[in-house]
Amino acid sequence: MSPPEPDSANASSNSSPGPSRPPAPLGRYALIAVVVAAAATAFAYVAGPLDPQRLTPKRIVDHLQANGGLHPGYRRNHAKGVCVIGYFDSSGAAAAYSKAGVFARGRTPVVGRFALPGGNPYAPDGGVPIRSFALRFTQADGQQWRTGMNNMPVFPVATPQAFFAQLQAGKPDPATGKPDPARQKAFFAAHPETAAFRAWAKDRKPSASYATERYYGLNAFYFIDTGGARQAVRWRVEPDNGAATSPLSAQDHDVLAEELNRRLAQGPLQWRLWVTLAAPSDPTADATRVWPPERREIDAGRIVLARAQAQDAGECRDINYDPLILPDGIAGSDDPLLAARSSAYAESYRRRTAEEARAGGHPPKELPR
Amino acid sequence: MNRDVEMFWWPARVLHWLMALMIVSMLFVGAGMVATVSDKHTWLLALHKPLGISILVLAVLRLTLRLLRKPPALPADLPPLQQFAARASHWLLYALMFALPLIGWAMLSAGGYPVSLGAGVVLPPIAPFDPSAFALLRWLHRTLAYLLFATVLLHLAAALYHGLIRRDGVLRSMVWRRGMRDDGASPPASGDVVASSVEDASVR
Repeated sequence: MSPPEPDSANASSNSSPGPSRPPAPLGRYALIAVVVAAAATAFAYVAGPLDPQRLTPKRIVDHLQANGGLHPGYRRNHAKGVCVIGYFDSSGAAAAYSKAGVFARGRTPVVGRFALPGGNPYAPDGGVPIRSFALRFTQADGQQWRTGMNNMPVFPVATPQAFFAQLQAGKPDPATGKPDPARQKAFFAAHPETAAFRAWAKDRKPSASYATERYYGLNAFYFIDTGGARQAVRWRVEPDNGAATSPLSAQDHDVLAEELNRRLAQGPLQWRLWVTLAAPSDPTADATRVWPPERREIDAGRIVLARAQAQDAGECRDINYDPLILPDGIAGSDDPLLAARSSAYAESYRRRTAEEARAGGHPPKELPR
Repeated sequence: MNRDVEMFWWPARVLHWLMALMIVSMLFVGAGMVATVSDKHTWLLALHKPLGISILVLAVLRLTLRLLRKPPALPADLPPLQQFAARASHWLLYALMFALPLIGWAMLSAGGYPVSLGAGVVLPPIAPFDPSAFALLRWLHRTLAYLLFATVLLHLAAALYHGLIRRDGVLRSMVWRRGMRDDGASPPASGDVVASSVEDASVR
């Protein structure tokens, strides 16, 4: 069968002129509408608006913002901190497990940041015992390793959904300005995986220095060697800066950055980077569980900090310490928190850089409080 | 010799469909990866960057081919407004398939991110580290991506309009016919792909 040429309207040699084309049935217009609407609907579903139950970076960051207050230009979490500049001297010992340039014997520059948890850049230093230490290593080949560590060995929760529930439970009560204790209690009761973290937090006093803390990478990663072999690892940094002094009280407001400056004026501060090698049975997808202490550990080298910078003008300000920015030779594990951190940090970075841009390239000034 | 004179040149058709697949995938990947905290975020992002650079490379090739050989003329009886819309939307598509990968690359550069394509391949920055520039480029990347998706939908609707309503051969000029032996005047319906089949079916 060879029906008449439908292209005839277009053909130069056509004999049936275009204007005599029969009117198209409405069904064909409907078909076009359906195809286009289906494509648009699929897109809207993927982009989120048609799937309100989905946990998105926007929802997480909205809640962080609600809990910590809106402070334009600041990180939505770990908003209060201080920048540090230094380097990492690799011992070369981790190079057998990871082909990343940072582990070859030699020096790699770092830009770091110490911080307190929460979205309030005016929080008192003595309010909570948690401190964090983020680092960006820049390899000579342009690849980077970014890591965000905390001073507790375990994270309270194992999944983004549980983290979101924790944020919801931590929402300040408008009447008191503090989280509702009953909701907090209900959250912890519903999340027994938080037990290890709570045990740590219970006896922990807010340290009087960033320098005397140990910081843990929390999530598991893989080291990949030159042959492609993968080894599950966690890392932590151990301070070599003298004994801890007496802890802060809840009234101590702005002492940590000052204290760090005083120490750095005396000389550089140092941490040793330890890498723990997992056994095959160790959990890689659960940041609430530590690995057994007898696991083999590698002394990967020394982190040396030479100076500090104020966070509103320092180099760390505009760095997103996304834990999944990794050089070839380190890869993320199946820990679901990693993707959540990566996506939520990106959303926080998007918001705060936009706020900076609108304020003329620096964080907008807030009224003193 | 001139049997496919009404068709797009075959390399143009190959590139069109290959890039259609890549660009539509890219739009869905981009929209999806920023709207989830699951591990989809991680692997979609890992796909997004090399796919974007591939689109940029193919866009250069495609524009070169487009300038080397003129595409088939639009039907002479197409109303002037539609002629204009067709030309404008095509140049918009070309502009966006260049702009989006370049803006994405510049955005990561301005944000101080390594532009990693995976397997240790890192592209050099094409913009200085500048968070305010990042903010602007990040906004542009998203806004122009939505514009590209809207233009793709318009393009799809227009292609179906040509194929189903006007039946003027415009859609067919971008697809394949199995037997293009007889000077292209009347291709056998049995070998046609969807577009020409629906056009053919309409005549009965």
